Amino acid sequence: MWALLTRDLRLAMRAGGGFGLGLAFFLLVAVLVPLGVGPEGGMLGRIAPGILWVGALLACLLSLDRIFALDFEDGSLDLLATSPMPLEAVVAVKAFAHWLVTGLPLTVAAPVLAVLLNLPVEGYGWLVLSLLLGTPALSVIGAFGAALVVGVKRGGLLLSLLVLPLYVPTLIFGAEAVKRGAAGQAVDVPLLLLAAITLGAGAMLPFAAAAAIRVNLR
Amino acid sequence: MSIWEYANPKKFMQTSAGVLPFVWGLAAACLGVGLVWGFFLTPDDFRQGSTVKIIYLHVPAAMMAINAWVMMLVTSLIWLVRRHHVSALAAKAAAPVGLTFTVIALVTGAFWGQPMWGTWWAWDPRLTSFLILTLFYLGYIALWQAVENPDTAADLTAVLCLVGSVFALLSRYAVLFWNQGLHQGASLSLDKEENVADVFWFPLLVCIAGFVLLFVALVLMRTRTEIRARRMAALLARERLA
Repeated sequence: MWALLTRDLRLAMRAGGGFGLGLAFFLLVAVLVPLGVGPEGGMLGRIAPGILWVGALLACLLSLDRIFALDFEDGSLDLLATSPMPLEAVVAVKAFAHWLVTGLPLTVAAPVLAVLLNLPVEGYGWLVLSLLLGTPALSVIGAFGAALVVGVKRGGLLLSLLVLPLYVPTLIFGAEAVKRGAAGQAVDVPLLLLAAITLGAGAMLPFAAAAAIRVNLR
Repeated sequence: MSIWEYANPKKFMQTSAGVLPFVWGLAAACLGVGLVWGFFLTPDDFRQGSTVKIIYLHVPAAMMAINAWVMMLVTSLIWLVRRHHVSALAAKAAAPVGLTFTVIALVTGAFWGQPMWGTWWAWDPRLTSFLILTLFYLGYIALWQAVENPDTAADLTAVLCLVGSVFALLSRYAVLFWNQGLHQGASLSLDKEENVADVFWFPLLVCIAGFVLLFVALVLMRTRTEIRARRMAALLARERLA
């Protein structure tokens, strides 16, 4: 497990691994939105929670097809499937590795971009906390989507069509938590629901994803 | 005599061929009677005027949009557990029909919302969850289209349908949390005091029955088409081998 995790991380860090691509995309979203809607601070501050969450979600989407596609092409996914480690654990480890190289950097970078978007000061802590709780769900759900389309050539677009509807609850609770935090309201309910989605998805989706991979390797 | 007999494509084709004309006839009769009754023989609502008559298309379509997904969920489960091909093909056949009903519900809802709420669209929980349901249907259909091997496609879409059902339900309650709505609550429940008045209720029942029958007829027909397409593919493959 440890070997698989370090291998995935090393592959992601190397050139062409796509590490940093998501971050750059996230930065671009945060720069482009004010250019599109105008520089007026009050409005930016109001839409900042939603923009940051949507940006994080799209940045996460960008690198999803790498979770399994490359391993499927060069055959290492077959090796992993026949290894003594259960395929469910492989999926979980790969989703975790994906989170480490996308979700975690996004969470760390989010406060900096929140400055650009004029998020009220009260929202910063909740932004980081909500992303920390929510982005693992994005990675796990994404791993499930990637497992579904791993056998499809050029499945990137299809992947986003499949995965984005599944992201709806995470997005709603995540953005709502930041919005309430920025407005100084109680945030425990959306944060708890967000954590529930992450835990539920983390507990169940590896099984569905592993089933999909088995079908695709058949 | 059990339902599993119809897992045999031959048996299914025979029976459905016999049943289909009657289902079509009943569907046409119910829809004809229900819609004419509803559109021309019921009074206008005293506040909504004649726009209330959109109900005869809107409500049955919305009900069937959800029921179609439930039917897909059940047939997907049957496919995953018992590996009956007819079941997987029925799920495949139902998806575009369900999508069409979802779109009908959204469009008639927009036509109803415009005079009543003053807007074609509002980010109301019910409207939003229907839009999300549309996206789920689109993804499901796209996955069927994208995967070439039919058995692989059936397996993958069945898994997607299972997971999608959970997330569709989650989204349904998540949007409730996110916004309060304009849309009225349930007014057709059997156990509530305040419901739609009987004048509107009976033609609506006929229309709902008509939509259910229409759905059954369309799905049967589309499933038959899928089975025939599968047979054609098998014949072609055999010819190529010979």
